[in-house]
Amino acid sequence: MKYFGLIWAGLWRKRARTLFTMASIVVAFLLFGLLQGLNTGFNTVITNLNVDRLYVSAKTNMTDGLPISYAARIKNVPGVRAVSHWTYFGGYYQNAKNAIPAFATDAEPLFKVYREMKIKPEYLEAMQKTRTGALVGSELAKKYGWKVGDRVPIGTSIWTTKQGSSTWMFDIVGIFDTSSYGGGFPSFYLNQDYFKENSAFGGNIVHYYLVGISDPHQATSISKQIDAMFENSTYETRTQTESALAQMQLKQIGDINFIVNAIVGAVLFTLLFLTANTMMQSVRERTPELAVLKTLGFSDTKVLALVLIEALALCLFAAAIGLVLATLVFNSGALKVIFGNFTMPLIVLAMGSGVALILALVSGLPPAWRARQLNIVDALAGR
Amino acid sequence: MTPVVSLRNVAKSYLRGKQQVEVLHGVNLDITSGEFLALMGPSGSGKTTMLNLIAGLDQPTTGEVYVAGERIDSLSRAALSTWRSRHIGFVFQFYNLLPVLTAEANVEVPLLLTNLSGGERRKRVEIALQLVGLADRGKHKPNELSSGQQQRVAIARALVADPTLLVCDEPTGDLDRRSAEEIMNLLQALNRSQGKTIVMVTHDPKAAEYASRELHLDKGQLVHEAARRAA
Repeated sequence: MKYFGLIWAGLWRKRARTLFTMASIVVAFLLFGLLQGLNTGFNTVITNLNVDRLYVSAKTNMTDGLPISYAARIKNVPGVRAVSHWTYFGGYYQNAKNAIPAFATDAEPLFKVYREMKIKPEYLEAMQKTRTGALVGSELAKKYGWKVGDRVPIGTSIWTTKQGSSTWMFDIVGIFDTSSYGGGFPSFYLNQDYFKENSAFGGNIVHYYLVGISDPHQATSISKQIDAMFENSTYETRTQTESALAQMQLKQIGDINFIVNAIVGAVLFTLLFLTANTMMQSVRERTPELAVLKTLGFSDTKVLALVLIEALALCLFAAAIGLVLATLVFNSGALKVIFGNFTMPLIVLAMGSGVALILALVSGLPPAWRARQLNIVDALAGR
Repeated sequence: MTPVVSLRNVAKSYLRGKQQVEVLHGVNLDITSGEFLALMGPSGSGKTTMLNLIAGLDQPTTGEVYVAGERIDSLSRAALSTWRSRHIGFVFQFYNLLPVLTAEANVEVPLLLTNLSGGERRKRVEIALQLVGLADRGKHKPNELSSGQQQRVAIARALVADPTLLVCDEPTGDLDRRSAEEIMNLLQALNRSQGKTIVMVTHDPKAAEYASRELHLDKGQLVHEAARRAA
């Protein structure tokens, strides 16, 4: 502690240089926190996905759709406990910027497949009784101030009505809890029957069959059975588990893990040189001062420790600021739309602290060692 | 009287490139406690090398160096560091204060190596600054002080841990005449009133006049000795 003044003074010897170095470390660790947080977020989302659900889509492409008649046949496969379906509606509220994740479905079995989504039984009942009914996720309802009993116009750029309108009217009959999913999860459901009757075209197709199974260990064999059932038909199927589907969708925007690790790696590698250079420059400039300390009786080890602690203080302090900023971004809810109720994973903070420590040691050790090896007589003589 | 510094057949050579340069040749010297010794001689005569050997900053090629009753030429680097912190106060030609620290923080640096508490350290720093007449300049950084004042702070730093020996390398070399006189008066007062043993390297005959004994080195050998006056 008594050396604090000496270390602190050394750190701020060149104020501007220290501030710029600190700023670059802060930015690097902010980036590290955000990217690794996103990475961990994606992985957490995938890991948390249910393994007792299967998704059946057209083998060629999800958008090609499957006949509505498949539902009954899938339901008969041993081990299947519930089957529902999604048909992408893709609406918007008031203007095209307010996209609504809307799907046509069979609501009653849907909530059997998604058991973790909670809904009051009376809402499900109301949905079955109301042809134009809609069930809305709590986040979405909160966003637009919707409540049960409201009649809302939902626009669509795909599904015109038989009357030629691109606006569909829905009666909100229930609100369900979506806290276990992000806001991007389908959270506006309309009745498949209403969709079929009212749509000018394509009312008979389904984009995904959602299959709830009794035993997750049978996921592979059930998937094979379903696909085998429709093999060589006009509409062949591809059945995947929820995590496989999510991974496939994420792959469409690139290999997140690889991109994140490549960016973070490049940033930290650059930072290593920057910090090492700063420390090296600082030690070079202070050669006579370090020689004076040695003259006064500071041992080689003590001088090494002073320089190393200075590097540690610089890196750890700046990295802590960067990680705190990244945590604030995560916890502010800015990323809620992707991950739902998601906070900065502690593992990312631990990893960040570890990386900062390694960065400090790797960038601080060479100049510290140089300071340790300094020969007093040569250093004082400017050799 | 037992000498506080003894050099026995001390030789020192350096390797400059591929050439071996002999700087000191078989020097014998005794310095008694309370002496104020001025080491003089032309550039390259070996004055600073001899001072470095006495201060434990360097080690002889051959010969023995005893300071404060301890043979220091065979001590390890780590042991020499500890030894220096206890026995040597060093005053440099260019003051060599740490520019980022205030005067009092500079003076405190040698005390960081002791077990003194923060309060005791502050007290000692205050006394040392009073001794050099800079009690009111403690909060100033070196660049806010004149050259003479900076050298006074350096002397306070050299004194603060109460070393056995004060070693000064051209202490007036960077000062104007008036500041140089002030510094020499201060060193002489420390020698006379506090009984500090001082070894000083200087080019300046006027500075040497303040010493109680004057030694001349030439080509690595002691060639002339002049006793001035009793301390």
